[in-house]
Amino acid sequence: MTALLTVQGMTRFFGGLAAVMDLSFDVQAGEILSLIGPNGAGKTTVFNLVTGTLLPTRGKVFFKDQEITGSRPYETTPLGIARTFQTTSLFYDETVMDNLIVSYRCRTRMGFWDALVQTSRSREDERRCRRKAEEILEFIGLRERASELALNIPQESQKRLALGLALVTEPKLLLLDEPAGGLTEEENIGMMALIQKVRTRGITILLIEHKMKIVMNISDRIVVLNYGQKIADGSPQEVGSNAAVIEAYLGAGYAET
Amino acid sequence: MLGAVYSLVALGLTLIYGILHIPNFAHGHKYMWGAFTSLFLVVNFHTNYWVSLFIAMVVLGLAGVGVERLVYRPLRNAPHVNSFIAAIGLLLFLESLSLIFWGADFRRFPSLYDKPIHLLGVAITLQRLLVIVGAALFIILLQVFIKRTWLGATIEAVAQNPEGAQLVGISIDRVSSLTFGIGTALAAGAATLIAPIFLVYPTMGAMPNLKAFVVIIIGGMGSIPGAVLGGFMLGLIEALGGGYISTDYKDLFAFGALVTFLTLRPTGLFGKGVR
Amino acid sequence: MNRMVRKWLILMILFIAVMIPLVVTNKYYMNILIMSGIWSIVALSLNLILGYTGQVNLAHGAFFGIGAYASALMMLKLNMSFWFALPLAAAIAGFFGFLIGLPALRTRGSYFAIGTLCFNIIVTLIVDRWEGLTEGARGLMGIPGPSPIPLPWGGELTFKTMAAQYYIVLGFLLLTIFVLRRIIRSLVGRTFQAIRGNEELAEAVGIHAMRTKILSFTISCFFAGVGGVLYASYIGFLSPELTDYHVSFDSLIYVMIGGVGTMVGPIIGTLLFVTLPETLHIAAEFRLLLYGLILMVMIIYLPRGIVGWMKGLMGRKRKQEAP
Repeated sequence: MTALLTVQGMTRFFGGLAAVMDLSFDVQAGEILSLIGPNGAGKTTVFNLVTGTLLPTRGKVFFKDQEITGSRPYETTPLGIARTFQTTSLFYDETVMDNLIVSYRCRTRMGFWDALVQTSRSREDERRCRRKAEEILEFIGLRERASELALNIPQESQKRLALGLALVTEPKLLLLDEPAGGLTEEENIGMMALIQKVRTRGITILLIEHKMKIVMNISDRIVVLNYGQKIADGSPQEVGSNAAVIEAYLGAGYAET
Repeated sequence: MLGAVYSLVALGLTLIYGILHIPNFAHGHKYMWGAFTSLFLVVNFHTNYWVSLFIAMVVLGLAGVGVERLVYRPLRNAPHVNSFIAAIGLLLFLESLSLIFWGADFRRFPSLYDKPIHLLGVAITLQRLLVIVGAALFIILLQVFIKRTWLGATIEAVAQNPEGAQLVGISIDRVSSLTFGIGTALAAGAATLIAPIFLVYPTMGAMPNLKAFVVIIIGGMGSIPGAVLGGFMLGLIEALGGGYISTDYKDLFAFGALVTFLTLRPTGLFGKGVR
Repeated sequence: MNRMVRKWLILMILFIAVMIPLVVTNKYYMNILIMSGIWSIVALSLNLILGYTGQVNLAHGAFFGIGAYASALMMLKLNMSFWFALPLAAAIAGFFGFLIGLPALRTRGSYFAIGTLCFNIIVTLIVDRWEGLTEGARGLMGIPGPSPIPLPWGGELTFKTMAAQYYIVLGFLLLTIFVLRRIIRSLVGRTFQAIRGNEELAEAVGIHAMRTKILSFTISCFFAGVGGVLYASYIGFLSPELTDYHVSFDSLIYVMIGGVGTMVGPIIGTLLFVTLPETLHIAAEFRLLLYGLILMVMIIYLPRGIVGWMKGLMGRKRKQEAP
């Protein structure tokens, strides 16, 4: 059975520095895979390479059986890959509801003429957008904030909204870049529950997170990066006791203990 | 020589853009004011040409600081578009102010260096030679200032990482003022050097403004060597195009070059790449 | 402002607009109104690419000019009727918008602004120098107005009076407003605003940024062309200055100060700037001086323009009133 996402020999240089070097891993359908590693290990770069924001210097990416190396984000999203950004990215001037509505655009087909003449296709598309937005609004628990500006809602709600925007595009694979960044202990638990709720919908999740509690709790598998290279790949238990991983995070002295 | 002219004007522009990331669209009009200031001094007070140059640079430098304080600083955190639009407002303001003060007539700048001399078999007026030498001098001085002095280093620091610079105690306000001051002073210097060759009039700033932008887009925004190279390239393109194809459409080549560059290599020759 | 009040307000304004020629007979004022109408169309079209899609287009004057010159040449040299020339010329303007948009919209922000400005200058230069086609600086003269339309019950509808010209401009203004409003309120309009708000995020949710921007730009240029045609046939005379970047700057000012990103803003901005200088009899240089000053002040303190500011005030009031 082919994996949902396969990354093969991925390499990306920035000038003389290899942000990612010869990285290969895959993501199986239905699992939650976490990508961890010290700061600067290249995790966000991997996301950028998969979604097409960055071009790899070498290497390939496959989604199911299709090669998507070098495709732009607006091509990979309709295929079923959605992502969030490390620094929360929203349409700040719009309301929560409007944010969600416009994110469904890639699943609609209406064009300029449809809008002008108000064909049945345009009316149907607009209805579907609204329905999807309502559904996800409920799912992420932001119903009360529907008509507030994205700019004005608290940070935790913003993180939920960012997740919601990605969900609206009906992805099969969701890339989450530090979804719990800046959240308190209590909020972490809420976010973890939300991510697990997403999995129950059958969506595969690739997660970048620094908070080990979350990573250890919800991951099926973990891939560890250091200096752009994979140094471990396995279940949370295996990775937690891996000497190379401990060394990467804490320094050589701790590996022996 | 045309290349030298363009490089000179572009120099101040690239400095301001490179450091503050503000496309100072009104640059050409400050240039125009620089010319008028020296003209005013020379004609009305009969001051020496070089003294006028110096005074014009100082005056415009201070004016540049004032403009930064009043117009660009409040917009520092707003989207770049807003600064650009403010610059358009400034441009209209400066142009009309000049029209009101000086009238629309074309004026001649009295020059002491009109007589042609023969250099390497080519006849060239001393004034034009001065432009080239002056341009070279300014470019070298600027490079030295940026790379070798402490103030120059603070400017570079702010250009590369404004937050980091603040953390080590560099005042962004001061650096902004300084950069603007220098950039504007350079424009005034360029204008005064060039003024005796061409005529002085209120709309003289519009073309150099645009061409300066062409230069820094070709050369890469924020890069001094880029400004120099870009300036000379533009001068060359115009001379060749004007000479061999058609003088009527001479200006067209500059803009054609711009459009080509924007399409093919938007970051210019020395700019930083994207994807 | 609740729905009913708004509907009645709009109806009232429409009523007044339609009644005006019956009340105002002074040619001078009628001229101002007609010109306001024409420039409003231009401002509204600029607002689409600038206000709603967030790209600073400084070539608008060029497309206005292309529409104007295209229609004038078709009417003069090909003896085409106004009614055919108008959609054709506007389509030509839109087509050029599409062609220029392809390379230009690959750039962003200031680069785009400068690039479009340079394109504008290129157009003005070409119109000025290509005397064989455009009569260059001499200009085109004797451009006919709208030709009479035969009526089904005999006789014809002529458009020689000022009132008739006014109604034509009003008609096209209403058409422009109708079309733009439909587009902006639709999913397509939402897509435009997504690009303005956060282009990277828009691409991440699957929106094709380039296609969206080109669509917006093309529509914008089409309507600029419509304005151009109306101008050409009303004034009857064209010169290269009409394609000049000053026209682009003017439209920019009307939109920014009236209220970028609102439907009503550009109209108010245009009315303000077309009527006020005439009534105050300010000399040309002082006018520009004031424009420059106002633009600077507005962009710093009221970046959303007059209407935007008012909308902000009302929004805040509503928040205070809500429980």
